[in-house]
Amino acid sequence: MTPKISLLHAAWLVLKKDWQIEWRTRARLTAIIFFSLSTLLLFSFAMGPDVNTLRAHAPGYLWLGLLFASVLSLGESFRIESENQALTGLVLTPVEPRAIFVGKVFGNASLLFGLSLVLLPVTVALYDVELSRDPLRLVLVLFLGSVGISAPGTVYSAIAANARARDVMLPLLLFPVLVPLLLAAVSATRFTLQPDPQEQLGSWLKLLTAFDLIYLSVGFLVFPKVAEED
Amino acid sequence: MAEQLALEAVDVSKRFGARWALARLSFTLPQGRSLLLTGHNGSGKTTLLRLIATASFPTAGTLKVLGHDARAGRDALRPHVALVSHASFHYEDLSAAQNLELSAKFLGLGSQQTLVAGLLERMGLAERAQSPVRQFSAGMRKRLAIARLLMKAPKLALLDEPFGELDPAGIRQMEGLIRELQGNGTSVVLATHLVEQGQSLTNERLHLEGGRKAVAA
Amino acid sequence: MPSFIPLTLLALVVAAIVAHLASPKVRPWLWKPVAALGAVMLVALWYLGLFWAPPEQFMSDVGRILYVHVPHVWMALLAFTLNVGCAVAYLMKKSWVTDALAESAAEVGVYFGAVGVSMGSIWARPTWGVWWDWDPRLISTTVMLLAYVGYLALRSFTEDPERRATWSAVSAILSYVSLPIVWFSVRWWNSLHQVQSNPSTVDKPMVQVLRWGAVTMLCFLYVFIVKRYEIARSRQTAAMELPPLEAPRPEAA
Repeated sequence: MTPKISLLHAAWLVLKKDWQIEWRTRARLTAIIFFSLSTLLLFSFAMGPDVNTLRAHAPGYLWLGLLFASVLSLGESFRIESENQALTGLVLTPVEPRAIFVGKVFGNASLLFGLSLVLLPVTVALYDVELSRDPLRLVLVLFLGSVGISAPGTVYSAIAANARARDVMLPLLLFPVLVPLLLAAVSATRFTLQPDPQEQLGSWLKLLTAFDLIYLSVGFLVFPKVAEED
Repeated sequence: MAEQLALEAVDVSKRFGARWALARLSFTLPQGRSLLLTGHNGSGKTTLLRLIATASFPTAGTLKVLGHDARAGRDALRPHVALVSHASFHYEDLSAAQNLELSAKFLGLGSQQTLVAGLLERMGLAERAQSPVRQFSAGMRKRLAIARLLMKAPKLALLDEPFGELDPAGIRQMEGLIRELQGNGTSVVLATHLVEQGQSLTNERLHLEGGRKAVAA
Repeated sequence: MPSFIPLTLLALVVAAIVAHLASPKVRPWLWKPVAALGAVMLVALWYLGLFWAPPEQFMSDVGRILYVHVPHVWMALLAFTLNVGCAVAYLMKKSWVTDALAESAAEVGVYFGAVGVSMGSIWARPTWGVWWDWDPRLISTTVMLLAYVGYLALRSFTEDPERRATWSAVSAILSYVSLPIVWFSVRWWNSLHQVQSNPSTVDKPMVQVLRWGAVTMLCFLYVFIVKRYEIARSRQTAAMELPPLEAPRPEAA
């Protein structure tokens, strides 16, 4: 028998459910926002008051802030699924595990993307960056980067949520994989904020897109193995 | 088919690490009949229910549920099997109504709000429909889980200790609900310590001892 | 050396590992001649690398560390490839054999990788003046190494053997997929910043010694993997030893 609702519809329901939970627990959301704000502030203290240094490294700080925040939000996103074994409940309802993957990835990505939009004005205040140079492509970079963190992050946090020492496991597994994403996202962000004489932005955008597509497909293939016993 | 089997287990075994939780269990249950599952804590009742619900799969042996192999046919049988277990499957941060509406949407049921309101009313949760599950007592969580099971209208209902955490009125209501399910042709597998109550509701009995079928005491 | 020889060697090693897994007859003795060959070749490698090969044009004697550094990194990548092969095989068809082999390959890979990267760093200091540089090979090996340390941690933090096997297989696949992406992103970053850092062209005797080193390490790779595999297998059996499943007791009428 075929499932009664399509995969995309089910994914959309999972995504809406995550938004609903985020909204009902907005105190937790606020805490994550302030956590990343204070990381950005700490970077500026660690580097000293030289505006030129800060401006030059602003893309790196922004993405590190997002990366640290993502560990918290990803961990939280599967804590709610392991409480009462809700994830098993979804699978038995039945919801296609791949739909859960797609829904959770874009749920996590939308959260990170929103967070990055909140952090942008803060980077102006702290690091004196120029946002008006290429705002559209800047937003595109932020979106692609958020999806790139979430795609492998969703698989790893589903694994870590049930392992011992899950708070350490998630970054330990996730950060090495995100090395190329961080490199691409930081470089791409740099060329939307600063002059791009050699027109490198395009190739970094391609790398970001490729990373997203690769991890979305791999995650789509392997997530059922994580979501249910086999 | 002359007599369809709700459950058909042949040498079903399940291991957890170095322990057999279930060892070579064989039994059958015709569709429409109900089974009482008894045994001490850790005798394998919950494991068996989870296997039947396809939350987990046998290490060895074959288990057929509603005519489908539990592992290979899980997609086909999941819409017809419902489990109420210690793990309630609720989202703690969503309200009772939101939890039920979510299931209704996944099941592709129409007019969710009326349906959900009716179920909550029936389970005596209407007043707390908008409260997050986090604030619920154990008994209320159980009622909510039962509401979800009723919404699914399964052919096979799996109830793990349904009378636990309920007050006497709740227990009477639960008995009524089980009889109603049975009246609609649903097979019920009931795991409980309350042997007398269970026996009055079921036709057959399976007593487990250390994961094995034992002669009923 | 024509290019089919390395491939033949690889095929031989894989065949030997498979033979070790499959045949109890091969298991007790095959590793012994290989280990002996490796030991003899290692002694020869010392002589070849330290005395026979001429000092490198730009790096002088420091460059000699390459004869062990490069083979170590190659072996690490081979071991990780074997690991991810086992991971895919496990997800396709569950088997404690592929799980044990995956564990063994990962651990041996982390050993070769850690030694290889440290030697690379020792080499980099006098050559480039820094301990660390943005060389795509260095970065991708280090990232793989970190990912596999995470992999081993995940294995040791998961109690249930089946979950451990499945989760670590998934985790290995996700890490391995990043390998080419890391490589390209670092190379790109480098080419855009004009700090391309290649060791100068390698001349003929050096190539020969490098190959000698690679074959030596291949022997050790084989021995380490099969011996570690045996440990993993015996741990599995110990952890999962079960009373035999006796037939159900006869029921009373």
